[in-house]
Amino acid sequence: MNNTSLDDTIAISLSVNGTNVSARVSPRGSLVDFLRHGLGLTGSHVGCEHGVCGACNVIVEGRVVRGCLMLAVQADGAQITTIDSMSPDRYVLALQQAFYERAALQCGFCTSGMILQAAELLRRNETPTREEIRDALSGNYCRCTGYHAIVDAVQTASHALNATPSGNRLPG
Amino acid sequence: MSSNGAGKAAGYIGKGMPRAATRRLVSGRGRYVDDISLKGELHAAFLRSPRPHASFKILETTEAKAVDGVIAVLTVEDIETVCGPWQCTLANAPNLFSPPQRPLALQRVVFQGEPIAMVVAMSRAQAEDGLERIVVEYDDLPAVTSIEDAIAGEARTHAGAPSNLALEYVQSTSGVELAFDKAAHVVHQRLKFNRKTGVPLEPRGILASYDPADDAMLVHASHQMPHQLQLIIADLLDMQLNKVRVICPDVGGGFGIKMHIYPEEMAVCAATKILGRPVKYVADRIESMLSDVHAREHVVEASMAIDSDGRISALKVDDIQGLGAYSVYPRSSTAEGFSALRAMGGAYKIEQFSARLRSVLQNKVMTGQYRSVGHPVAVAITEALIEQGARARGESSIVFRKRNFVKASEMPWVSPAGGRMIDLSHYECLDKLLILSGHAELERQITVWREQGRVVGFGLASFVEFTATGAEGYGRAGVLVSSQDTVIVAMDPTGMVTVQSSAAEIGQGIQQGLAQIIADAVGLPIVSIRVNLGDTQASPHGGGAWSSRGAAITGEVAWQAGRKLRAELLSAAAAILQTEAEQLDLVEGDVIEKPSGRARMTVAELSEMIQFRPYDLPEGLRPQLTVAHGGGRGGDTFLPTNGVQAALVEIDKMSGKVVVLKHWVVEDCGRVINPLLVDEQIRGGVVQGIGEALYEHCRYTEDGQFASGTLADYLLPMAADMPDVSVAHVETPYSGSVLGAKGAGEAGACAAPAAILNAVNAALAPFGGSVDTLPISPVAVLRAMGALQGVAA
Amino acid sequence: MKPARFEYARPTNLVDALILLRDHRDDAAILSGGQSLVPMMNLRVASPQIVIDINSIPDMDEIAIDGSTLQIGARSRHNDVLRSKLVQQHAPLLSMALQNVAHEAIRNRGTLGGSLALADPAAEMPACMVCLGAEIVLRSADGSRSVAAADFFRGIYDTALEPDELITSIRIPVFSADWRFVFHEIARRHGDFALAGLAFGRQYNGEIVQDCRAVFLGVEAFPRRLIEIEQAFIGTNLNDRGTIEKADQLLASSLDCLEGGEYPTEYRLHLAQQLLVRCDSEAFDENRR
Repeated sequence: MNNTSLDDTIAISLSVNGTNVSARVSPRGSLVDFLRHGLGLTGSHVGCEHGVCGACNVIVEGRVVRGCLMLAVQADGAQITTIDSMSPDRYVLALQQAFYERAALQCGFCTSGMILQAAELLRRNETPTREEIRDALSGNYCRCTGYHAIVDAVQTASHALNATPSGNRLPG
Repeated sequence: MSSNGAGKAAGYIGKGMPRAATRRLVSGRGRYVDDISLKGELHAAFLRSPRPHASFKILETTEAKAVDGVIAVLTVEDIETVCGPWQCTLANAPNLFSPPQRPLALQRVVFQGEPIAMVVAMSRAQAEDGLERIVVEYDDLPAVTSIEDAIAGEARTHAGAPSNLALEYVQSTSGVELAFDKAAHVVHQRLKFNRKTGVPLEPRGILASYDPADDAMLVHASHQMPHQLQLIIADLLDMQLNKVRVICPDVGGGFGIKMHIYPEEMAVCAATKILGRPVKYVADRIESMLSDVHAREHVVEASMAIDSDGRISALKVDDIQGLGAYSVYPRSSTAEGFSALRAMGGAYKIEQFSARLRSVLQNKVMTGQYRSVGHPVAVAITEALIEQGARARGESSIVFRKRNFVKASEMPWVSPAGGRMIDLSHYECLDKLLILSGHAELERQITVWREQGRVVGFGLASFVEFTATGAEGYGRAGVLVSSQDTVIVAMDPTGMVTVQSSAAEIGQGIQQGLAQIIADAVGLPIVSIRVNLGDTQASPHGGGAWSSRGAAITGEVAWQAGRKLRAELLSAAAAILQTEAEQLDLVEGDVIEKPSGRARMTVAELSEMIQFRPYDLPEGLRPQLTVAHGGGRGGDTFLPTNGVQAALVEIDKMSGKVVVLKHWVVEDCGRVINPLLVDEQIRGGVVQGIGEALYEHCRYTEDGQFASGTLADYLLPMAADMPDVSVAHVETPYSGSVLGAKGAGEAGACAAPAAILNAVNAALAPFGGSVDTLPISPVAVLRAMGALQGVAA
Repeated sequence: MKPARFEYARPTNLVDALILLRDHRDDAAILSGGQSLVPMMNLRVASPQIVIDINSIPDMDEIAIDGSTLQIGARSRHNDVLRSKLVQQHAPLLSMALQNVAHEAIRNRGTLGGSLALADPAAEMPACMVCLGAEIVLRSADGSRSVAAADFFRGIYDTALEPDELITSIRIPVFSADWRFVFHEIARRHGDFALAGLAFGRQYNGEIVQDCRAVFLGVEAFPRRLIEIEQAFIGTNLNDRGTIEKADQLLASSLDCLEGGEYPTEYRLHLAQQLLVRCDSEAFDENRR
């Protein structure tokens, strides 16, 4: 009879959405699979597993990366943020509201990756042009919206962020 | 506008509202199939044929079975003990030839990627480890790949078959040849459409769990029509229908790809029945590209006859359609060809029509219904002919179109292609589009740009799209696909309403649309309505998401269900308040007195009393707080919709790449339930259509190897390369229903390729060249400009 | 689409990494940014026995100026190079080219060394390194050597890298102020690998071209300087518009264009010619400014 065990594993410790996590992971497991199936954080999605679609985007050490192209073992010691965070930063919050209001999503499968990527853009450039938005989001496929509404929503979020007085900012 | 009040209703219908459900989705709280786990679940992976056509023998599975984590290796012999084959047949096309298909191939593989064995393991990675250990011997057979080879018929897709022709269909009116003989102008157009596919961002997936004690099956699937899937699983696995429960949770896009029966899904259902444990399979992207249905592989030759008055007198079409190795089950790949034929001639009154459709089998994955099924082919060929006709007459294609549109006074009119034209607005849409696009100024601007050396073009495409298919569509073909729906509306003791329906939410927003309709129908605030879809156990049998049917069919049923609940509530209130129901109204959850508008009680108070203190109700009063309404559309088999699209394109002279600068759509889907969502349906469809026109191509090598397996090879539209899309509407309600809604979800995809093609050819016209193949390759564009040495391969 | 099993090592110093590499040679894969390696492993196109993750080795991602040499650590992420003030100042060609490399999330993780080691013929960084005459610094357990970029790239996905070597840094000479570089590429979509691209530079003495560098990407199997084309420009006057026509004609005989697929040889040649014209006129305009 064959062995029905899972793969051999390596211990890792990391911070996910502000919570410290210790776990054992298979070296061949991707970060996004670990987050989704190991931790049950299913907000990041698996769309292509070869780095093209952007549905698996997560934030590692403050930068948006492809969760399918990073091994879970590589996240040892790292700070990870996903869309599942219960206390999103002001950029993510503003984008979530704008995406909702503008109907900038349909099936929603691309949305978390899209919002995290847009948040990174707004962090760097609070008043992007439509072209800059389209450029920054070109590594994120959306098959439903045709992108127009997404660009609108990012602009709306940008305006909302800039209209918010600095003393009374959204949390984060 | 309508007979019983829908037009005057309080105001959610017609209001652009965000979808309540997307609050979850923007927070990452969607639940797609792969987000759902069952205790003890196993993971499946499939060994797929690397050969397009071969006989094969599985020599060795022992090693695979010994791989760590592997629970079982299943072949067709195992699967066939619990799951039978299926075969696509059409009662109204009895000559259709498509052999039986199985979850795993038996002895012979007929397309690259066809599953031949299944490994079930503790993890997906381990299942894939197992695949590497299976030893298979292949004996190659000649493969049929191109449509031309299939017609030539030297090799056969299925060894021993008489030919590669699955179906041939011919129709003609009596005066076609005469019209061509007498024509002042005859124009020809050939167009080649290469295969593309839907690429929903969530791949197909299924989690099936069989309970041997109860002989029952629970299935979570990423599918567009839960009830259809339930019916087929029960049939093929020989189970009692009500013991199969299918749940389609959040679905990450469908576009027609997720409405078919696939070998992998059936193999998973068989595997859970064999193993008695939950089995999950989620296609990876390579598998999706290789095994999801492809669509729209056509070579079309068409001619148009124009009389001396500039009227189109006849249209002749010869369409060859590639089916792949099988006609897809249960709806048949030929539906795309028939849909294309029906839409030929589109917006124009063409009395003489002849058509031939040949659907051919090939050693490639099946083609199937993809957004706007067949219409983009018909619209592209018709509108290319329109441009040519106008050029032949030396007049503006706008003038030519307007002379030949079906006029409102001429409707209803049944086209010789079989489309019943009713409630269409060709003139209004075209006029509105010309204003929306600033056409007159744009034409001047284009002249200036051309003088500056820029290569730009503007292209128009009018279209008719047949939506919201009625029962006769599949019924007469003997295909068990429901075009009906049931809507159950239940008020709880707090006055909130829960709705169940057989409609399906795949991102298009029908959940929100139904909430708006029911809120108006009953007289409730929208926040009190919660719509649950996608569970066969919660809703009686019905249609799901296809044919842009939600607003037109489910919406109409929902309206009726809502009115029933309203009647129950008002008669109960009238009895309690000792008045007549006619004296009362229900507005935003308040029972009010007419005409004073004075609030007498709330529905919450009413509902609470009915639920907990029925003894206080007047004698004999038994109000129903749960009502259901079921049915479908009568009358027209299809609801025609119409519109006009336009594109402004620029060709990069260096590379031949086409850049879409701007795209406009004016469309008429009748009553718009939620303009915010309809506009986004249109925009999304347009961009899929631009993808079809410029990028998307399921490429096969000459020997049948699939060459577009990754998203680096199969090019999808990306944000930076897409234009903004302006959308406007003309609303001509469907006269055969209360709400007057028609289908809207596929209109964008319907005519965008045609508009782009016409725009590119307008840009190329000054060079004397043109393109006739989709997607439009930069190489072909440069050749058409005379900018590239050498001839097309 | 999950990788086959592998052993994973994350050395915390270069020596340990090099010893592992020496011990496993072709059975090992170096994991730097992972933006090419991991997809290949997911597809099981690559199935290394051991993955050596170099992300915990210190000092491999520094960007520094050392006299007349710009030194970039091999593990520098594309976006860090793109946004580096030092790079913008001393090797502006790289900043221009990197804007064409994939997309934000990929550039956040992908590394310069990884791109060079992969040697995709359509990639931007290899061509830029050849154009700039960079030295690629390689280390093995036995020592270190420096290979000129022009000698490093040998064919499609083929380099001078030995199985026991890894790239530690890239040394780029800083060009004098009389050099002008431009970069252009044509990709099917924004961010795709190039159908054709050109890294191009000229040194001017007034209106006379003193020196020239021209390296294509996506056109041939690997990037190389096109000496014939460069020679065609050297010594000519900027205002002599006949030069570009002559150079463009030379391309047909100089280039050994990639074949096959959807894009025929003549199309790639056409793109190359168009790119040369564009880069020429842009370098011309730039010099006039």
